[in-house]
Amino acid sequence: MNTPIIELKSVGKSFRSADGSARAVLEGVDFTLNEGEIVALLGQSGSGKSTMLRLMAGLIPADAGQVLYRGMPLYGPANGISMVFQSFALFPWLTVQKNVELGLEAKGMPPKERAERAEAAIEMIGLSGFEGALPRELSGGMRQRVGIARALVLEPEVLLMDEAFSALDVLTGERLREDILDLWESGKMSTKAILVVSHNIEEAVMMADRVLVFASDPGRVRDELAVSLTRPRQVASPVVRSLIDNVYGLMTGGSTRQSRVSAKEVKLQLGDRLPEADIARMEGILEVLAEEPFHGRADLPKLAEETGLTDEELLDVSKALTLLGFAILDGGDIMLTPLGEQYARTEQIERHELFGRQLQENVPLVAYIRHGLEQDPSGDLHQDLFLRLLRFTLNESDSASALRIAIEWGRYGNLFEYIYTTGVIHLSRDDNEAQAVSI
Amino acid sequence: MVLALLVLLAYGGQQMATPYEVGETIPLSLEPVNLPYYLLRTTLRMFIALGASMIFSCVFAALTTKYRAAEKVLVPILDILQSIPVLGFLSITVTAFIALFPGNLLGVECAAIFAIFTSQAWNMAFSAYQGFRTVPAELKEAARVFKLSGWQTFWRLELPFSLPGLLWNMMMSMSGGWFFVVASEAISVSNQNIKLPGIGSYIALAIEQSNLHAIGWAIGAMLIGVILYDQLFFRPLLAWADKFRFEESGSDTAQSSWLLAWLRRTDRMQSLVAWFGKLFEHSFGLFRQRYDGTSVRARPQTVSGTPERIWDAVIAAVVFYALWTLIHFIHTEVGWGEAGRVFLLGSYTMLRVIVLIFLAALLWIPVGVWIGMNPKLSERAQAAIQFLAAFPANLMFPVAVVVLVKFHLNPDIWLSPLMILGTQWYLLFNVIAGASTIPTELRYAAQNFGLKGWLKWRRYLLPAIFPSFVTGAITASGGSWNASIVAEYVTWGDTTLKAHGLGSYIAEMTAVGDFPRIALGIGVMCVFVMGFNHFVWRRLYRMAENRLHF
Repeated sequence: MNTPIIELKSVGKSFRSADGSARAVLEGVDFTLNEGEIVALLGQSGSGKSTMLRLMAGLIPADAGQVLYRGMPLYGPANGISMVFQSFALFPWLTVQKNVELGLEAKGMPPKERAERAEAAIEMIGLSGFEGALPRELSGGMRQRVGIARALVLEPEVLLMDEAFSALDVLTGERLREDILDLWESGKMSTKAILVVSHNIEEAVMMADRVLVFASDPGRVRDELAVSLTRPRQVASPVVRSLIDNVYGLMTGGSTRQSRVSAKEVKLQLGDRLPEADIARMEGILEVLAEEPFHGRADLPKLAEETGLTDEELLDVSKALTLLGFAILDGGDIMLTPLGEQYARTEQIERHELFGRQLQENVPLVAYIRHGLEQDPSGDLHQDLFLRLLRFTLNESDSASALRIAIEWGRYGNLFEYIYTTGVIHLSRDDNEAQAVSI
Repeated sequence: MVLALLVLLAYGGQQMATPYEVGETIPLSLEPVNLPYYLLRTTLRMFIALGASMIFSCVFAALTTKYRAAEKVLVPILDILQSIPVLGFLSITVTAFIALFPGNLLGVECAAIFAIFTSQAWNMAFSAYQGFRTVPAELKEAARVFKLSGWQTFWRLELPFSLPGLLWNMMMSMSGGWFFVVASEAISVSNQNIKLPGIGSYIALAIEQSNLHAIGWAIGAMLIGVILYDQLFFRPLLAWADKFRFEESGSDTAQSSWLLAWLRRTDRMQSLVAWFGKLFEHSFGLFRQRYDGTSVRARPQTVSGTPERIWDAVIAAVVFYALWTLIHFIHTEVGWGEAGRVFLLGSYTMLRVIVLIFLAALLWIPVGVWIGMNPKLSERAQAAIQFLAAFPANLMFPVAVVVLVKFHLNPDIWLSPLMILGTQWYLLFNVIAGASTIPTELRYAAQNFGLKGWLKWRRYLLPAIFPSFVTGAITASGGSWNASIVAEYVTWGDTTLKAHGLGSYIAEMTAVGDFPRIALGIGVMCVFVMGFNHFVWRRLYRMAENRLHF
């Protein structure tokens, strides 16, 4: 049972940011994928779980530590490792049959043999009759089936799945997931281990023997949870529900036991990433929380169900709400603070003011921008100034999104205005006049 | 039928390699009976040039995307090449090509083909480069995970992905090809006059003899040539390439072609295609990646920055040397006064280009918007315009000369419209495309708010078509610069009309065979076109991309 296939030994990976300084994405990750198990990697976006998957696929080299496949160092994509992609990555100009044959063709297998094997794989995944179709004729679920058949036809030892179900609608995703688990249980596939990267907690708990929760900045394995239930598992069963609850707790802040400590931990630094949460969604959650049936306290999975948000969205919103002091996270629960309750009850105009005040107090980046504008005699500054600052700690896209979020929040909180076409952030006119008078 | 086609091609090909000495004149006649043969020769040249551009584009794209060092050098070089006027190439390269095949017509043929090649290869190469670079990351990763070798990745992923854009560019630059086929067959360099058998020479001869009838025949033959190319070559190709479009959802703007449908139904063609396909796949077996990521051979070499720095230093040294030679050249060969004068001429031509683009915009934007908003009309109009764009405008020049001479008009002003005669269609074409993609909801909103008059144009229509207008204007202005060499210096029989400008300067010097001055003229035009592109069009383009996008 415990024969290791892929081993990661204190692996680190960093990317260069714009100013040339390295930013760690993964740090000191130890991990072993054993024969006969399904492992799920969970974490918020940017936590390095996709990077880890790509390291194991041999697509990118590790900067520190070692990646071993069957005890040998891995320098590039290996024969025994295959992958399924989030956006399917099918070649749109090839038929289903040709897409499935791709890996065999690359190996130089004779046409007849590879056609036979491709047909077998197509049949196994339930696509018979579609051999001649082009990917664009198929629905999303069917396309991903092609992607899976393409990976399985190579008879890989290890199957890596990179958010393979997240581009599908919920029902289709569930069907496909069950089909794969059936195949796995039936022993029809040669695959000895599956690694799933996901941000859907339910998916992870339903599939995996082990769930690894990633922490961000830099990415590392924060917690590990063994799921020793037999498959197929029932979503509605109390054991599974409590497991899901548990994982929510793990993901929202430290382990369940030290939740009190974690509340303090969320205090933000200037150069930190901001959660991807838009204001309408935050206010929506606050209002739902304040009303029936939650009365200020909700179980996160239940809230996800109620609001129809994905796990990732909900986690981002709850993180933002805790940042701003409108809520606290406790285990797998979210609770309104008195301030949050007040916010949910007040009128629109006062909300802006309250939001602005909380921003200034709790989000250093916004406070810094406001401060900079007040100091500047003209009252306006170009966004690039702040972007450059953020790039010391974040990579290109993260710093752009952090600034975008800061600007969106700041605008809503009436702290400053922003002109998209010129990229200039400036104090709102009233503020400017007020300031002029005070001088 | 297929066989007959092959025989024709073989015959034409054989004729290309006939012996020839410089100074000899090739017999040409204005009898319309000869036109089909001339058309065949011209078409053949076009084909060879197209094939060469295609191969060039692929090699260029493959090199630049695989090797950083190649990209650093080749992309700027291509940028410069792109702004060199096509006819400039001809005057410089023809002697070299003749020297390459002494005593054979092949040299001159090559020069003519090369001129057509230069009118298409650069933007095709850029399009291929863009295509190769924008292959989605996940597809690239998939190719690596499934261990496709470089050769396999090229044929299975990179080329198919860039093919639609490449073909589209090929078709758009076809008009340039026809335009220059006319100019490049009748080569007059260093007071020598070589006329290769072909439509272009036919027209040149007709112009020399002021034979309006022959011009009429030539226009007719050209029309047939363009139609044949469109129906037998581009339509089938575009319809076939439709499957390489990347948008995974089906779209309704599929091209259709009767020829492709017929070929797909014919068994013999199908078996031929299948045979080629097999050969092709066999090559995949030969050029495959024979090891995987666990092999020592996959182990990454330790990269050091030294070779890259040395390479950078070499590039810098070469650039400096080139600059120094340039200064030295101007100083000794032509003198600074001449250079200044050429710059002045350049600004005349620039003024013409700007005014003409502006006027064309004034005319075609309303028309284009009107056509674009009527879906039925726009479909038919687009086909017609593509055809018009492919039609060489220089056939109209003699008519213009006749009119100008008759009414004693000032050539400085009235020759200018000729520059944009062929390129204005890009403008119209793109405006129509832009107008037809305005979202329906936006249209309803504009109607609902009762936008009228100038306000409607300023707040709704102009911003909506701006990005596509800029795209069209870039092509149109580039084409106009190119055309200025022909359009500012027009002859008809014994009358020669000349407008002051950079184009006529180059044309004149080419006729005389003054190489240093040709080089100077071309260099200056290059500077103007590149400056114009970098400081005006790219900025407008970026602005359009950022702000005025749906």
